[in-house]
Amino acid sequence: MDLLNALALLSNYVLVPALAYGSQLALGALGVTLIFGILRFSNFAHGDTMAFGTMVTILFTWWFQSMGLHLGPLPTALLALPFGIAFCAIFVLVSDRLVYRFFRTQRADPVIYLIASVGIMFITNGLVRFIIGPDDQNFSDGERFIIKAGDFKKLTGLSEGVSIKLTQGITVITMIVVIFLLFWFLNRTRAGKSMRAYSDNEDLALLSGINPDRVVAITWIIAAALATIAGTLYGLDKSFKPFTYFQLLLPIFAAAIVGGLGNPLGAIAGGFVIAFSEIMVTYAYKRFIGYIGPNDWTPDGLVQLLSTDYKFAVSFVILLLVLLVRPNGIFRGTGT
Amino acid sequence: MRNVIYFLIMAGLLVLVGEFQSWNLSLSILNLCLISAVMALGVNIQWGYAGLFNVGIMGFAALGGLAATLVSVPPVYEAWSAGGTGVLLGTLALILTVLAAVFSYRRMQGRSFRMLVVVLISISGYAIMRSLFDPAADAIEKVNPSSTGFLGGLGLPILIAWPVGGVLAGAAAWVVGKITLGLRADYLAIATLGISEIIVAMLKNEDWMTRGVRNVVGLPRPVPYEIDLQQSDWFIQLSNRLHTDPVTFSSIFVKLCYAGLFATVLLIVLYLSEKALRSPWGRMMRAIRDNEVSANAMGKHVTARHLQVFVLGSAVVGIAGAMLTTLDGQLTPSSYQPLRFTFLIWVMVIVGGSGNNWGAVLGGFVIWFFWIQSEPMGIWLMDVATSHMGSDNALREHLVDSAQHMRLMTMGVILLLTLRFSPRGLLPEKTGRN
Amino acid sequence: MSFLMAQGMTGGYGSVDILHDCTVSVERGEIAVIVGPNGAGKSTAMKAVFGMLNLRSGRVVLDGQDITRLSPQNRVARGMAFVPQTNNVFPSMSVEENLEMGAFLRRDDIQSTMEQVYALFPILREKRQQNAGELSGGQRQQVAVGRALMTKPSLLMLDEPTAGVSPIVMDELFDLIIDVARTGLSILMVEQNARQALNIADKGYVLVQGRNRYTDTGQVLMNDPEVRKSFLGG
Repeated sequence: MDLLNALALLSNYVLVPALAYGSQLALGALGVTLIFGILRFSNFAHGDTMAFGTMVTILFTWWFQSMGLHLGPLPTALLALPFGIAFCAIFVLVSDRLVYRFFRTQRADPVIYLIASVGIMFITNGLVRFIIGPDDQNFSDGERFIIKAGDFKKLTGLSEGVSIKLTQGITVITMIVVIFLLFWFLNRTRAGKSMRAYSDNEDLALLSGINPDRVVAITWIIAAALATIAGTLYGLDKSFKPFTYFQLLLPIFAAAIVGGLGNPLGAIAGGFVIAFSEIMVTYAYKRFIGYIGPNDWTPDGLVQLLSTDYKFAVSFVILLLVLLVRPNGIFRGTGT
Repeated sequence: MRNVIYFLIMAGLLVLVGEFQSWNLSLSILNLCLISAVMALGVNIQWGYAGLFNVGIMGFAALGGLAATLVSVPPVYEAWSAGGTGVLLGTLALILTVLAAVFSYRRMQGRSFRMLVVVLISISGYAIMRSLFDPAADAIEKVNPSSTGFLGGLGLPILIAWPVGGVLAGAAAWVVGKITLGLRADYLAIATLGISEIIVAMLKNEDWMTRGVRNVVGLPRPVPYEIDLQQSDWFIQLSNRLHTDPVTFSSIFVKLCYAGLFATVLLIVLYLSEKALRSPWGRMMRAIRDNEVSANAMGKHVTARHLQVFVLGSAVVGIAGAMLTTLDGQLTPSSYQPLRFTFLIWVMVIVGGSGNNWGAVLGGFVIWFFWIQSEPMGIWLMDVATSHMGSDNALREHLVDSAQHMRLMTMGVILLLTLRFSPRGLLPEKTGRN
Repeated sequence: MSFLMAQGMTGGYGSVDILHDCTVSVERGEIAVIVGPNGAGKSTAMKAVFGMLNLRSGRVVLDGQDITRLSPQNRVARGMAFVPQTNNVFPSMSVEENLEMGAFLRRDDIQSTMEQVYALFPILREKRQQNAGELSGGQRQQVAVGRALMTKPSLLMLDEPTAGVSPIVMDELFDLIIDVARTGLSILMVEQNARQALNIADKGYVLVQGRNRYTDTGQVLMNDPEVRKSFLGG
């Protein structure tokens, strides 16, 4: 019984949140890794692109809510998501046209793109704060839970409950659908294959008649879609605050690098590695040990390896370890 | 020639502010311009000399701020007796753990066995450290929490903190650089971003050291206090002779003292940077930057050189960070924002002219000036632009309230415009080739 | 007039000319080979024919049409195919996908062409699902040539197809190139291994410092004592 309770406890506070968070990171890291594979730079603006797409989604959500448009138990934001994606895609395409394309024609050094992306990051950041403000926004509606802790307890007779928020369920399902669609696109369609070809060998892709502008545009649109979806899911699950999205850059990049920059499968794995490590290291195991430990003994302290204030340190340490041991990532990426 | 004209224009702008707004404002802008210029010099050493992209400037500046606190604040003896030993032992345990892990990593054979040993050492070392540290930190934080609740510092003159800040920042840079230099530029960028977030998180959360978000206020000054000046005879006489009001003049006088100190540091750093740039070392650095492959082929140890330059540049940023905290007179961990401390400095370097030290200094002045002045300008602009809407219009209120965020966009636009249309900046690097 | 006629090509990458009044031509269904010492501008001549180099003077005519001003991509559409010396496959894509990408510009059914390629290079059929990056050097070259053939070109250009493969594989590759030529294509090839290349060539060009030195049938060049002494090592 105690063992089951311990498991329930761990599921509730580690497994379920880490699955949801990992899905969000995986989607974010996929965007970063795709941009890296095709455009060959680390897009520092990705966190703020997420914020931008999410902001548009939120604005549409509010508008729909004010018109009385609802999706029943599901959050209205899902209805607004396509609009967020569309606006975000337009935004990144415009920024590519105005900024990155020039450096592409110049065949500029990758670090120049990096600096340019930092510039875009600040403009996006300013724009988002300008439009929606720097504060927390809550835009989740509909049902709150798939399973409530109380119901779980009644159902199983355990003293520890497992609650699954609706947003967590939606996050994981959306992630699976999106990843399935993305890999179908990359491996089965002409446009997707041309993207992979371009990422593999740019010159040969040109010789084969693949249009680079088209490949770049498709990549931006997909990255914008992934960013908006990841951002909206994160915002539904937690809350939306522009600065948080900027800070997500670190775990997202850590995930992409752990998985090998440019490798989509690696990005997904990396997302979960980072999410699980972060949550496991910052979880206080006091009650867990209370269940599995000897009779009626609980430790005095929280038995928390690291305070949640330092959750970024987890991404950072994992990042450094990977760079030390396997600089190309656990799965080989295109970066060297 | 171009140098002189630009700097004269800059001086003219500051004089205009002095004449039309106030000399107090003009001097506080000048002081921050000087600090910004030092920071920009540090970044220019990394980017301009070696092409290293550091996105963690904020963290190194924050370490400088930490140094200012640790050096200057008088020690809290009660806190030391409550948990001083614990903290010292904990630190010792941490150092020993790291040494043991590194030693066994270097000395042991067998890949997986070695990793296992290193992991075991790290985990047990971490556990020991925490068991020593946590109770000590708790005890320290309980000592008179409303006014102290931390160990305090060494009670030394704050000027000593400036080099110490440089050393702290340099040490952090060494760790990051050692791991990430020699890999892709992107990795260094991400790693510096990470370390800066962690440093700031530490400042915010390690209350026993920095009082966290409750801030350490009232750092001792290296210059006289206004109130003392206003009561000294010589000062009142001087003030009378200059036909000024002693109260206003005292604050101007203090700011002038700071300006003198900062300018001295700036000149020293600038002199050393220029000298280094013209030395064989500087020529080699630029050769490496312009063609890493051939420099490598010529037997130059590129990664080691990069590490040198990365540590040096970060140390300069650390010094500037200590200077800034000295000027503020308090350590405010929540004030470390990447936008202000990392990004703005980058704009300074790029706009000023990458690779040119004078350019970095000029960039520091110009960008800080516009950063400060653009907020009132932005609010005013928004106010005028929306004046037809009526004073209680919601959109108008939103726009005027949000005008401050325009600064971010403006700076982003300035950076991108420079990068595209004038990539060599206001004062381009002098090279033999072009 | 020859099927491909590149006449009086003069030009280079920067201000310095590498090619000086260089002329190369290929007849329909023939193999033409460019040989010469290192730095003779062999690969440059090939790139000039493909439009990867700005010519100051001279013109390129393919099948009676002047294509001097066309971009490489447009030349591909006109029936030219180019196999670069290195990095000539998509390493993380399967052999089959490599071939598909070769036919990227085509909108018709590519199955029959793919069958032809597999018929020419049976090993590729075996390895069709394997990533090109995992293949051996010789097999990779076959993928590279196969990819180029997917556009159904009338002129195939090979830049040192045997660079970096073992002598046995080299012989195999030359045999395969002859097989490709028998399907009716014209082939223009740059080769470091002058002797074997001239052996299979209908026409040979010896370039020295960007100029035509000797031009004749492969057989005549092979027997010319001057050519043998200077360029074929005796």
